[in-house]
Amino acid sequence: MSSSSSTVLYDAPGPRAKVRYRGFGVLSLLGIAALLWYAYDRLASTGQFSAAMWNPFQYTAVQQRIVDGLLNTLSAFGVAAALSLVLGALLAAGRLSDHRPVRAAATAIVQFFRAMPLLIMIFALYHSMFATSPFWALVTGLTLYNGAVQAEIIRGGVNAVPRGQSEAAFALGLRKSQVMLTILVPQAVRSMLPAIIGQLVVTLKDTSLGWLITYSELLYVGKLIASNTSTPQGYPYIPVTIVISVIYIGMCLALTALAKWIEARGRRGANRRTSVAA
Amino acid sequence: MGILFEDGNFALFRDSFLQTVELSALSALLALLIGTLLAAFRVSPVPALRAFGTVWVNVFRNTPLTLLFFAVVFGLPRLDVHYSSFVFAVLALGIYTASFVCEVLRAGINTVPLGQAEAARSLGMGFGQTLTLIVLPQAARTVLGPMSSVFIALPRNSAIAGAFSISELYGAQQTLNERGYSILTIFFWVALAYLFLSAVIGLIFRFLENRLAVAR
Repeated sequence: MSSSSSTVLYDAPGPRAKVRYRGFGVLSLLGIAALLWYAYDRLASTGQFSAAMWNPFQYTAVQQRIVDGLLNTLSAFGVAAALSLVLGALLAAGRLSDHRPVRAAATAIVQFFRAMPLLIMIFALYHSMFATSPFWALVTGLTLYNGAVQAEIIRGGVNAVPRGQSEAAFALGLRKSQVMLTILVPQAVRSMLPAIIGQLVVTLKDTSLGWLITYSELLYVGKLIASNTSTPQGYPYIPVTIVISVIYIGMCLALTALAKWIEARGRRGANRRTSVAA
Repeated sequence: MGILFEDGNFALFRDSFLQTVELSALSALLALLIGTLLAAFRVSPVPALRAFGTVWVNVFRNTPLTLLFFAVVFGLPRLDVHYSSFVFAVLALGIYTASFVCEVLRAGINTVPLGQAEAARSLGMGFGQTLTLIVLPQAARTVLGPMSSVFIALPRNSAIAGAFSISELYGAQQTLNERGYSILTIFFWVALAYLFLSAVIGLIFRFLENRLAVAR
């Protein structure tokens, strides 16, 4: 049984329903098996599992290329993640400001960059400002877009902290910035950490756009390997796709798992109020 | 700013804009279809289907869309699957978005008060009837908000198709850039088109929300 909320859709099965569900279970297992077999058959009959196709991965040069690509992906992700969190904090502070012009400016920036396709932005940045450095075009684009989204997440977290917290802090004589930095933000970050990490997963996924502006990250490297290696069965696009998918999906799943773990931990802990407010 | 109205650029821009709209609309339909099916799988009483739905959603939500396009456009032809690049783009976008639709729908199903499903069951409805007649219609109402952000993201994601030989707005940006116009001017017009699209989708969803709102 999964969660209790989904089981309410059907009764606890009686003897006949049990047989019926088992029948459906067998049928769907057969369906899934047929799907998998069809995929396997397609792959095998076009020679994707032949040794020649997978041979390139034994060369140290190819392995080195994949590692370099992975490191490039990770460095773009690391810089963009750090910068987007800084930008997000700044923009969130702007949106929560007491001064109307600051608020309006921050709102306009956030709305604009959230509505822009990242690829369009990265392409424009690459061709206008960073023609010699696709790395900074990618990182700037990622920072602007994800910073805007992080700002909304942080703002939501600060707004979700119960009002009594800031009222009590003001009553104790703290200043605006003190209330924000010592009372609201720590509680907000705690409740918003899963959402922030979720957006970091998006940042990691979007580093793959660097390929399209010739930044030599993982996908770019993969395309290069696939198109430069000729085997009797053709170019090894499928093996390369499989290898790179496993790396990307593994990294993203690990980050997602971290977010889920933190979320579960927050729910379990003593500080229930902030997580409920989230 | 006037480059849009020179040398037949407007026809190019208009056609790419329509292509973006068409691509987004078709993949939205596909995503709704697969997403609803997956959501039904994920709450079904059959463990095999639940597992299938969970694996599908977790895999595709954690796949970069560019990688999915790469796999579909470069991978499928090697398996003797041949379609036009437009069909490939719709497939990639639809499958990617379906997993997000599924998660939104599942969250919506969980917000429908327990009494509704219990009442349906006590009237003798089975799982399929409870889901399609009672729970999903009510869930559809509550998920309009989160669903709008999924579908506003769709035209933005469709820009990636431009890199895989679909002549939509990103393709237009590339073409105009190659013709030597100032990139900032091109960006201005393309940005305007995307802002217009997301505003229209936002309005459609707000209209639906008002239309379907129920006084509780």
